Amino acid sequence: MAEEKDKKPYQKPVPSFDEESRPFWEATKRHELYVQRCRDCGFVQYQPRAVCVGCLSSDVLWVKSSGRGKIYTFTVTNQNPARGFRDTLPYIIAHVDLEEGVKLLANVVDCKPEEVKIGMPVEAVFADVTPEVTLVNFRPAR
Amino acid sequence: MSLKKKTAIVGVYEHPTRFSPSKTTYQLIAESAREALADAGLTIKDVDGLFNAGGGGLIGSLALADYLNLYPTYTDTTNYGGSSFVGHAAHAAAAISAGLCNVALICYSATPVSTPMAGIGGGGGGGMIGDPSTHFEQPYGPTIINGYAMTAQLHMHEYGTTAEQLAEIAVTTRMHASLNPHAKYRDLLTVEDVLKSRVISTPLHLLDCCVVSDGAGAVVMTSAERARDLRKKPIYILGSGEAMRHAAAGHRDLMDIATNDSARQVYERSGLTPKDIDMAMIYDSFTITVLMQLEALGFCKRGEGGAWVSGGRLRYDGEFPLNTDGGGLSNNHPGMRGIFLLIEATRQLRGEGGPRQSKKPLHTAIASGIGGILGYRHAAASVILSNQ
Repeated sequence: MAEEKDKKPYQKPVPSFDEESRPFWEATKRHELYVQRCRDCGFVQYQPRAVCVGCLSSDVLWVKSSGRGKIYTFTVTNQNPARGFRDTLPYIIAHVDLEEGVKLLANVVDCKPEEVKIGMPVEAVFADVTPEVTLVNFRPAR
Repeated sequence: MSLKKKTAIVGVYEHPTRFSPSKTTYQLIAESAREALADAGLTIKDVDGLFNAGGGGLIGSLALADYLNLYPTYTDTTNYGGSSFVGHAAHAAAAISAGLCNVALICYSATPVSTPMAGIGGGGGGGMIGDPSTHFEQPYGPTIINGYAMTAQLHMHEYGTTAEQLAEIAVTTRMHASLNPHAKYRDLLTVEDVLKSRVISTPLHLLDCCVVSDGAGAVVMTSAERARDLRKKPIYILGSGEAMRHAAAGHRDLMDIATNDSARQVYERSGLTPKDIDMAMIYDSFTITVLMQLEALGFCKRGEGGAWVSGGRLRYDGEFPLNTDGGGLSNNHPGMRGIFLLIEATRQLRGEGGPRQSKKPLHTAIASGIGGILGYRHAAASVILSNQ
């Protein structure tokens, strides 16, 4: 179809997968967000790793996140000359504090820049940016 | 002081892999570190010195510390090729003997067979490629400025710091630059000028940000004994401190900057307190960087930096001269300006500051910097200098 031919390829960086991150990105493709908890010491961690970085144990469990959290801090970026980003200014980037007790970096979407507040409740939304990669963003909780 | 038999190797491990298409160099290092520490009877929490030949990712040593969730107070990324790690053993022996760290982790991984091309983040020669954190951050558009901006945003929220207070830092620094013939920007600024400049990433304006310039510098050090016979008044190093902060495996506290640790170390080692410091050269990548370091260095309480930087206190002819060369905000910033902190502090302590020489007599200065990005990952290094 004409629309598909005209559609520009996704220009922002996408993650590549390796042994320890693959399950995470396979889950985001299913629209699920996972963090990890160590069975030996209880440390909860993000980003995913093959070992617990609280104690270096390999006994790390994947824990499904509710996707709910609060904005820990954010900024509205008006300037970024990098490919892909320069076409989507301004954009909102934030550290989100998940209910599970870990923070992750994401974009805030479906929200006017002036409406974003520290402490604002948010929920995960999944962006299928390429056939292989789905990213995790957050929108104001409904 | 001889280093002979002052330190020992207590744990070793050689990873059995010869082809690792799916494990990153970072994962291989984590696995190797685990086994070497187990061999030693120590844990990851004991490690306070990190040695690696760097390369790859967002500022090599920071990337590795972030991935391993380490907080080294001594880091060495010496890279002169394959023998670097033998050099690391020598450097670790010196660092441990000098009390700068207790447990050193020297590590290495490379996967030239399975990944001949560099991944996200680039090669760098030390073997490390594709800093894993980049896969979880780069897709969302982190920039240097927006990391500092997020930090400023939170500081304002937590403590009520205002844009006007941040602007005061830029105004004073620019006034100092006006007295420096080599400074890139020398026209005086007002707080209003700063607030009117365009917002790069909320809440930081253009004039809250350092300049971009070319530049170079050099510093020569020797023993106190040798220094006495050389050309000029020696500027002694009384003490130092180093620390890191990063994603903390998801537990980061953006208000707890690495300078909280480097400050504690430098005061302990020098036997001084903030009241004993006469002037400061503080890395000013952004106005917020200065404000938070002043708090962490104990010149004012955490959260009170905004009030403290107001009212002309930081002028060269004021109570606590700061960044008398015009700083990164107005003098120069070729990308990493820590060397200029040492240079200007030395000039001021020697009385060579010319028109911008501190009006009050100086005996001590602190040079303290943040490297990397507040909001993503950074390292702090603090040094106290004295002309006595």
